[in-house]
Amino acid sequence: MPPQLKCGLAALSLLLLAAGTARADHLYISNEKDNTVTVVDATSLAIVKTVPVGARPRGLLLAADHKSLYVCTSDADHIEVLDLASLAVTRTLQSGPDPETFALSPDGKTLYVSNEDDNQVSIVDIASGRISDEIPTGVEPEGMVVSPDGKTIVNTSETTSMAHFIDATSHKMLASVLVGSRPRFAAYTKDGGQVWVSSEVGGNVSVIDSATHKVIHTIAFAIPGVPAETVQAVGINLSPDGKWAFVALGPANRVAVVDTASYAVKKYLLVGQRVWHMDFSFDGKTLYTANGVSNDMSVIDVGEMKVTKSVPVGHLPWGVVYGP
Amino acid sequence: MLGRALRVALMFVATFAGVAHAGEQPSAAAPEAAAGAPAHVALVYLALSVKRSFPESYLDQPPADEGLAGAAVALADDNTTGRFTGQDFTLDPVSAPDEAGVIAAFHDRLQKGARDFVTDVPASLLLKLADLPEARDATLIDAADSDDMLRAEGCRRDVLHVMPSRAMLADSLMQYLVVKNWRRIMLLAGQSDADKLYADAIRRSAKKFQIKIVADKPWTFNPAEQRADTGHFEVNTEVANITQGVDYDLLVVADEEDNFGDDLGYRATLARPVAGTQGLTPTAWSRVYDETGATQLQNRFLRAAHRWMTERDYGAWMAVRAFGEAAIRTHSSDPAVIGAYLRSSKFELAAFKGERLSFRAWDGQLRQPVLLADPRSLVSISPQPGFLHEFFETDTLGVDQPESTCHLN
Repeated sequence: MPPQLKCGLAALSLLLLAAGTARADHLYISNEKDNTVTVVDATSLAIVKTVPVGARPRGLLLAADHKSLYVCTSDADHIEVLDLASLAVTRTLQSGPDPETFALSPDGKTLYVSNEDDNQVSIVDIASGRISDEIPTGVEPEGMVVSPDGKTIVNTSETTSMAHFIDATSHKMLASVLVGSRPRFAAYTKDGGQVWVSSEVGGNVSVIDSATHKVIHTIAFAIPGVPAETVQAVGINLSPDGKWAFVALGPANRVAVVDTASYAVKKYLLVGQRVWHMDFSFDGKTLYTANGVSNDMSVIDVGEMKVTKSVPVGHLPWGVVYGP
Repeated sequence: MLGRALRVALMFVATFAGVAHAGEQPSAAAPEAAAGAPAHVALVYLALSVKRSFPESYLDQPPADEGLAGAAVALADDNTTGRFTGQDFTLDPVSAPDEAGVIAAFHDRLQKGARDFVTDVPASLLLKLADLPEARDATLIDAADSDDMLRAEGCRRDVLHVMPSRAMLADSLMQYLVVKNWRRIMLLAGQSDADKLYADAIRRSAKKFQIKIVADKPWTFNPAEQRADTGHFEVNTEVANITQGVDYDLLVVADEEDNFGDDLGYRATLARPVAGTQGLTPTAWSRVYDETGATQLQNRFLRAAHRWMTERDYGAWMAVRAFGEAAIRTHSSDPAVIGAYLRSSKFELAAFKGERLSFRAWDGQLRQPVLLADPRSLVSISPQPGFLHEFFETDTLGVDQPESTCHLN
């Protein structure tokens, strides 16, 4: 290859790189105590903006078109839509009282919201911004997830200690599965075959077979030198390749890395204090955690299984979402 | 004095009215439901409706439905879950104004087949109930007593306790004093039996945590005197006198019936904070507590009872939830199965304290973190960081297995 051409190619690739950098992705962190969402540049990890939102922002979700972010503003009793181009709240949606967490249907049209104070799940039509139906569930509904095929909703109720499987079309309860105490979060495996449910007070994860609605395995956590009472499982993120599950252990200040085939815990990663919710980068190579007590976000290199950085954000960070 | 008597009488009527109303609920002592129908778990709430001693402050009147209102919220929680497990819970509230009445009601419910009891009765009556031969296969969850005797020589195989013992309360406070390095306290104890027991617990705990009691004095001032129109002058002088000539970090008060504890702050000779039964108080529940999901229970209770949840309400809530949890986990309405599960290591109660609570096998006490709160804020939660234990850090509070004088076997 002639040196000139080589040089030209190098310049072109640099240009491409630069273009890539210009369109860097961002992280969005809900700060429960500040009533803000912190926007962090995913490349430089610098704070781009702190956006004021409604009272007590907790659950966050990226819209299907990646153009906006849904924010559960719990004490404001509604959902806010944060436009990602302007970084301003442009709309509010009905949510029912005290929305904490929610899930999005695969077609991006419907939100399923757990109303912690009202023992029900509200179904919100995003286009109209209105509640189309309410489903009674257990005491203190919390975790919400929709199956990959969109046919089933799973809701966990904290004081009832159950994962409720609900038909997404008929809104009928299909099954209620008893799990560990105070279930906080539910996640489907990519193939939809299993639902993983974390229990905060039980300190474990129940793996439920989606077809039979039976708990097929319970994953326990034991960290040397850490009191068992502080091991409180909350957020669960399954790696895009399906091999690993990352489980946030709350005040144990660790994220457990679980082999999804053997259910064995491979590693505990030390992150910030009281880690609750997490999200992967689009390429699945990086995992970000929101640490409520230390008011920061930890950055985990998934391949290396190492914590590489900690980024200070707002007060009482609850959740984090990776987006454009 | 007439005003006070009238108020006491009114309270008594209110208590009675509450009971009569509760009595309208369908009887819970029904026999086991037939197969196919939801399995029925019948709980009995047994209380001695005593005239609660009048608090010195008019601000916090004891509610007529205190305790029972907490049980009602827990029953609703149990039934919401029961809907999904095919179980149905009922609570039969029974109360009587005297010991004989409570014992007769207990007999009656036992005879009708009830075996799961939540009790809100004094320690001496609790022992009389627990020692009845017919109660042998019953489970009594004591929702109200903090008596250390009930966890020691007075422990019974058929009794469990959900409230922290006085020893646990005292240890919670002393651990905090160690952390703050407030090593010298003055103890001021009231004259009731309960006050004396509380003061004893403070003395034992101070010794255990090497806190020095530099002065230990009884409070004998007649509370009626402060009710007079210039009464506050006399109280002020009295508190200044009794605290004179002593230097200490903290004034610890033992006044379980709220007769004088609130009158100590700002009146002592030295400017020192007050703790114990008033001021900074170790407690199972406080309206200032809103961590680890407690907001949800506070809100749920407020909506149901139209007032704040008290420690007594929380005790009854825990007791009814404990029965519910055991019935749901075992999927059984058999009192023997429920009783065995409650005492097993598998049992765990999520009671908004950020960790699972379970019963100590050696004395039937529910192990739990204890709040340290003043009337307007949560100050801390014990066990304090650094107080370590081989099995449960909460077992650094109260009487641990090696020291226990309870011989359940």
